[in-house]
Order: sequence, then structure tokens, then C-alpha cells
Amino acid sequence: MAHDSTLSPEEASKKQIRTIWKVAGILAFVTAIEFVVAFSGLHDTLKLLIFIGLTIVKAAYIVGEFMHLRHEVKFLIWSIILPMIFVCWFVAAMILEGGHIH
Amino acid sequence: MASTLTVSDSKINWGGGNEPFKASYGKLMMWFFLLSDAFTFSSLLISYALIRYSHPAFIGSSSEFTFSHEYWPVPERVFEAFPGMHSLGIEAAPLVFVGLMTFILIMSSVTMVLAVEAGHRGSKAEVEKWMLWTILGGLTFLGCQAWEWTHFIVGTEHGLTFSELINGEWVTRTIYGANLVENEYGPQPFADLFFFITGFHGFHVFSGVVINYIVFYNVMLGTYERIGSYEMVEKVGLYWHFVDLVWVFVFTFFYLV
Repeated sequence: MAHDSTLSPEEASKKQIRTIWKVAGILAFVTAIEFVVAFSGLHDTLKLLIFIGLTIVKAAYIVGEFMHLRHEVKFLIWSIILPMIFVCWFVAAMILEGGHIH
Repeated sequence: MASTLTVSDSKINWGGGNEPFKASYGKLMMWFFLLSDAFTFSSLLISYALIRYSHPAFIGSSSEFTFSHEYWPVPERVFEAFPGMHSLGIEAAPLVFVGLMTFILIMSSVTMVLAVEAGHRGSKAEVEKWMLWTILGGLTFLGCQAWEWTHFIVGTEHGLTFSELINGEWVTRTIYGANLVENEYGPQPFADLFFFITGFHGFHVFSGVVINYIVFYNVMLGTYERIGSYEMVEKVGLYWHFVDLVWVFVFTFFYLV
């Protein structure tokens, strides 16, 4: 997992652990913001967009750093991300379609 | 592997022994399994989106919200209980309990990466420690979910009183809690989707804990030390982070929106 070959194994490991805790802090912080937004009385559509945006931020950190995808080969990154982009489109389409049914 | 190839150029890419993704077979297959699992969860979220938005939304502020079969419930008014809050004199703690569950699962994801990191250094004792914390986090999450389900099934003290036409006569009755047939909180699909989505996720957490335990047991036996690689911890780690990732989406779409 060492990304920088100039670091000694101990230094690389320390750097890694620092990154892990930093990402954990970011995830906790984003969840806290979501809580604030949930009780802020914002307009529903705006709220929905903020929640989806923040969820994608969290997902990016979990997949990119915790699951290490950011540091994989470009082809591997795209073979996972590309199908998921279509799924996101599908979810968005169903939210819109659902609104036209009732 | 690729660097040891000395065969002719035409065989470098197609003759085998090459790793175009620079990842081992096991890790690659874990990634593609998770992709297919993501499709399964997506199908649940897609159904949720369609069904939810095909029901009328409650109009007004969430403090005026009351349970009714006429509109989709406001989640922060459904999930507002916390263990022991009545004995502390607290009326409602909206979303605090799911917030805690989210925190527990994210923390167990953190301890999982720490176990993977320790594995890279080959530190058996540390892998054991962090794996154990991860398993504990998973079990705590499952315990919380059991409480959450129990509360959802048992229902509120006042219940929902409503009239319905049975055999040509209007009958007024009160229902408490929710199951797959009746739902106090709102339209029936709300309860069905709650059980299916959180249940399917909870089952993933459960299998994750079981697999984590098997790997932890093998770490203790020194299996990976003998092989000289802790890659199995990485593979089970991928699965565990995926479970955390799905919860991030469930938290947003089921509880926050």
C-alpha cells in the first residue's frame, strides 16, 4: 500500500494511519452536516440535492480511500465506476417517474 | 509476474501470466462480486424511489405531522426513539439512534482499514486487535438494528385509529406498529420497504461478521503468517467497507430524505 517509495516502511505506515483517521474525521463531519441540514427546514428539493451530493462525497471517500480504489489501475477504477454511473441515472429517473404516477 | 516473462512480444498480453489490473485474482473477483451486489441493492433503492414518490408527500412542517395512510410518512417523526429515553424524560430524539448506528458502522470500517494496514506490515498482534474491534462494531450494529426493528414492530402507545370498509360496513379500529400486513406509520409499502431494505443490509452485516470472524480465527491460528500474506484481510475488508457504503445510502435515502 506504500505509495511513496522514498519513505521508509515505518514512515509510510505512519502516513497511512494518519490518512485513515483523516478520512474517518471527514466522514463523521459530513454526517454531522447531514444532520444539521435534516432539521434546517430547507426546501425539499434543495434538501434532496444536498443529501445526494453529500452521500456521493462520503461514498467517494469510502470507496477511494478505505477500499483503496483511488490507488488502483485506471481500468479497474473505470470498470467499477462506469456501471455505477448508469445505476445513479436509473435511481434519479425513478424518482422523477414516481413523481408523475400519483 | 509480468517482469519475469521472457516470451515473444505477441504472447506478453495474451499468453497468460499477466495482471492487467495489477490486482490478484481474489481481489478482482471480490470487486466484481461487490459490483453485482451493488446492483441488487440498487434495485431495492430504485423500487423505493419509485414507490415513495408515487405516494403523496405530507404537506406542512414536521412538527404538525401525524401518522396516516393518506401520505408518505416523515422519517424523522417515525424514527425518533432512543433506548431508555422515556425514563430520562425525553419526548423525542429524532434520528439520533440511526445516527449512532451510522457512527458505529463507520468506526468499524476504520478499524477494518487499520487491520488491513497492520497486515501489510505483517504485524499479527495488531491485525488480531483491529479485527476484533471490527467484529465488535458489527455485533453492536446488529444489536442496535434488533432494537430498532423491535421498536418499529411494537409501535407507539397511541397507535393509529382509522376507519375502513369491511363487508360493506365502516369499521373503526386502532393498529399498533407495523408488519408486512399492517402499518401504523403510513402506507403499507413504507413498512415493507423498511423490512426489505434494512433487513437485506442487516443480513449482509451478519454475514460480514461471520466472515470477519473466520478470518480473525485464521489470523490467530497463524495461517496468513505461514502463507506470508495477509491479503485475505484485505479481501474481507473490501466486503466490510461495501456493507458500510450501502448503509451510507440507506441512511440518506430511507432516514434523511
